[in-house]
Amino acid sequence: MIGQLALSQLQQLWWLIASLVGSLFLMLTFVQGGQTLLFTLPRSDQERLLLVNSIGRKWELTFTTLVLFGGALFAAFPLFYATSFGGAYWVWILILFTFVGQAVSYEYRRKPANLLGTRSFDIFLFLNGSVGLLLIGAAVGTFFTGSSFSLNGYNLVTWQHPLRGLEAAFNPFNVALGLFLVFHARVLGSLYLLNNIEHDGLNQRCRQAVFVNLLLALPFLLFVLFRLVTMPGYAVDPVTGSVSLEAGKYLHNLLAMPAVLGLLLVGLLLVVWAVVAGRFLGSRRGIWFAGPGTVLVGLALFALAGYHDTAFYPSSSDLQSSLTIHNASSSHYTLTVMSYVALAVPFVLAYIAYFWRLMDARSLTLEQLEGEHSHDLY
Amino acid sequence: MLEQIDFTQVNWARAQFALTAMFHWIFVPLTLGLSFLVAFFESIYVKTGNPEWKRLTRFWMSLFAINFAIGVATGIIMEFEFGTNWSNYSWMVGDIFGAPLAVEGIFAFFIEATFFAVMFFGWDRVSQKTHLFATWMVAVGSNLSALWILVANGWMQLPVGMTFNPDLARFEMTNFWAVLFSPVAISKFTHTTASGFMLASVFVIGVSSWFLLKGRHLQLAKRSILVAATFGLLSGLFVAFSGDEAAFTNAHHQPMKLAAMESLYNGGVPTGLIPFGILDPAKRPGDSKDPFLVKVEVPGVLSLLANRILTSFVPGINDLVYGNPEQNILATGVKIERGRIAIAALADYKEARQAGDEPAAQSALATLRANQEFLGYGYLDRPEDAVPPVALTFYSFRAMIALGTILMLVFVLFLYFTWTDRISQQRWLLRLGVLSIFLAYLASEAGWIVAEVGRQPWAIQNLLPVTVANSNLTAGTVQTTFFLFLAIFTTLLIAEIRILLKQIQTGPEGH
Repeated sequence: MIGQLALSQLQQLWWLIASLVGSLFLMLTFVQGGQTLLFTLPRSDQERLLLVNSIGRKWELTFTTLVLFGGALFAAFPLFYATSFGGAYWVWILILFTFVGQAVSYEYRRKPANLLGTRSFDIFLFLNGSVGLLLIGAAVGTFFTGSSFSLNGYNLVTWQHPLRGLEAAFNPFNVALGLFLVFHARVLGSLYLLNNIEHDGLNQRCRQAVFVNLLLALPFLLFVLFRLVTMPGYAVDPVTGSVSLEAGKYLHNLLAMPAVLGLLLVGLLLVVWAVVAGRFLGSRRGIWFAGPGTVLVGLALFALAGYHDTAFYPSSSDLQSSLTIHNASSSHYTLTVMSYVALAVPFVLAYIAYFWRLMDARSLTLEQLEGEHSHDLY
Repeated sequence: MLEQIDFTQVNWARAQFALTAMFHWIFVPLTLGLSFLVAFFESIYVKTGNPEWKRLTRFWMSLFAINFAIGVATGIIMEFEFGTNWSNYSWMVGDIFGAPLAVEGIFAFFIEATFFAVMFFGWDRVSQKTHLFATWMVAVGSNLSALWILVANGWMQLPVGMTFNPDLARFEMTNFWAVLFSPVAISKFTHTTASGFMLASVFVIGVSSWFLLKGRHLQLAKRSILVAATFGLLSGLFVAFSGDEAAFTNAHHQPMKLAAMESLYNGGVPTGLIPFGILDPAKRPGDSKDPFLVKVEVPGVLSLLANRILTSFVPGINDLVYGNPEQNILATGVKIERGRIAIAALADYKEARQAGDEPAAQSALATLRANQEFLGYGYLDRPEDAVPPVALTFYSFRAMIALGTILMLVFVLFLYFTWTDRISQQRWLLRLGVLSIFLAYLASEAGWIVAEVGRQPWAIQNLLPVTVANSNLTAGTVQTTFFLFLAIFTTLLIAEIRILLKQIQTGPEGH
């Protein structure tokens, strides 16, 4: 059945699937956002314990979604995997380091004899939530601003900037996107904690943090949106496959794909509504609006980058080396196999949702933590 | 195609990947086995309702969690290193290799991630049966993860179910089931996971032995030993069986690896097995020196293991490098020539296609197809480059077998003395039990050295040498990240060991 689809349809389907996984990762960055609140939100060790043990029970889902995002890109768009990871070496290595720090920090931070001390592991968590997300934002920003690389006739990459990917962090658009992700993650983190924890003081501070961080995120969001609709983009000729710079390309994409414009607007509205409800209306359920809202915004961004004859990983120095969902993809057979595999994704999402609900049926309180074994707490 | 490759950095890239893999493999086998042991313990608790079994389960679970976290940390590096350090590889075989990694994410990682939280924090939040289900799912998820990554690794050792696409200069999958059920993938999965079960069993026995030596938690220790020794013994038998199968598949698909494992230079009928030997470091392929300074040989056994026939021929390194017409073995020099013809034909094909000269393109394509099975050989400089480091492969193989045999004996002895309730008096055995933890790790790492060093210089057997698979980076860049990884992994390992020791010292109090 899936095998009957044309290669170009499979490529579009897989860009959608990869975008969905990437967008789910963005939603789950409430964990990273919570990590950056570790030094400011709690007023006591007990409150810090509550915060860490709330977000700490979800860190693996975020981590796994990031790994799956990488795996899906590898399987569906191997030329992107080879070009970006092998080319923009340093930016990916630094991102990885921050995630290595995250993976051990929850388990190790309070364990006796942990070598580095609790504060060091908390700093690792902070770095993952701040520097890690900033760099991910910068890397995603290059989907629009481009990178300096060329591919030879065998598709082997030569990166032309000595900073090997770190130069992305010096482009205003990329930095703005990165900083938006950081503050947005803090909004999500605050909303998640507000929903998951039952503690008057923390809840009150979460409500403030939700609002403050939205205000901090807003200038970067506006800058990103402004640049997005005014900047030139990398257009692909659908017949010849040649790439050229087109003024207002992403604005054209938005207008040509009203559904994407709709996703973007609805997504942003959901996030804003979540913040308003959390800060001013006394609601604790804002995360259930902001989370899906983030997914919609993410989908819109990825759609702008990859659909409507656009190069999703453009080369600013050698336009014809730019990657499109057509020239970077796996074969028809592999995409077909992977599509059958992807049929399991709804089932996976269903059991995650079921057990998430089961575990979070009751809000987390200090009394509950005291009831649990201290050995097991993060 | 090779003009971009900085050959001096290839070995640093190799070293970095080996470093990551070996660190990763310190934590993974314990996860694979301990997850099942914890599931066994909890099942007994649910069956008997005895709270002591719950206490025991929670104790081992806490050690599992400490180890699991750092396994995850090193695992993410490995996945992304395929892109960062082996980008040519990622492009040339990503169409095939990427699929198992993505499937691993969908089918295994999410199971682990979801049920890990339930297993650790769900004791008071979900029902007893749901909790037990979660614990079993962590074990299943961990081992499913091993399945998919070992399928990917197995494909590198025996590339099947694919074809070469000259237009894109890459290999593409044509048969997913052939990749999944390749004999190397199956034997890799069964052998590797079962060895992980052995290691985890030894870990439980070793820690329990320490408790018994200290006269603490006697009941917990004896119960743990009984379950672990039984699991370890059964797993060990399976490791031996699957190891034999692995040697058999090596003989047919990676004969050079088998020759290196045995330091066999000149094949014969029949060929003997060398259980013990000391190699002459000056021995080189093609010379007349005896490869061994000292050896103990059992006649005919290698023929039997390799081909299931006592009087069969097993090729040696010289046969494979210089050819053996009697046995119909092509010389590596000939393969190199044909590989170079394939590479040149590929270039001609692309040039002709670009110029719109279709007849010339088809002619070049026909030449390429006739020689493409030797494509990778075209990148070797000389026939001897096809020989892996023999001494490291040979000694690692013997270390793995010898240590594995000792561990089997340890399981038998622990099972016997625990069953007869005399284990506390056998202090020598308890000390050996503690020591066995290190032996198990050595055996496990040695196994991977055999598997990976023994297949050098190939990233993909016969098709892609590591020199072509790597990224276009400077040696200095890879050196820098090598030492950064070394510092980070070492620090985290020390932290992990300290935490584990402290946790063990504290014991199951509070659980």
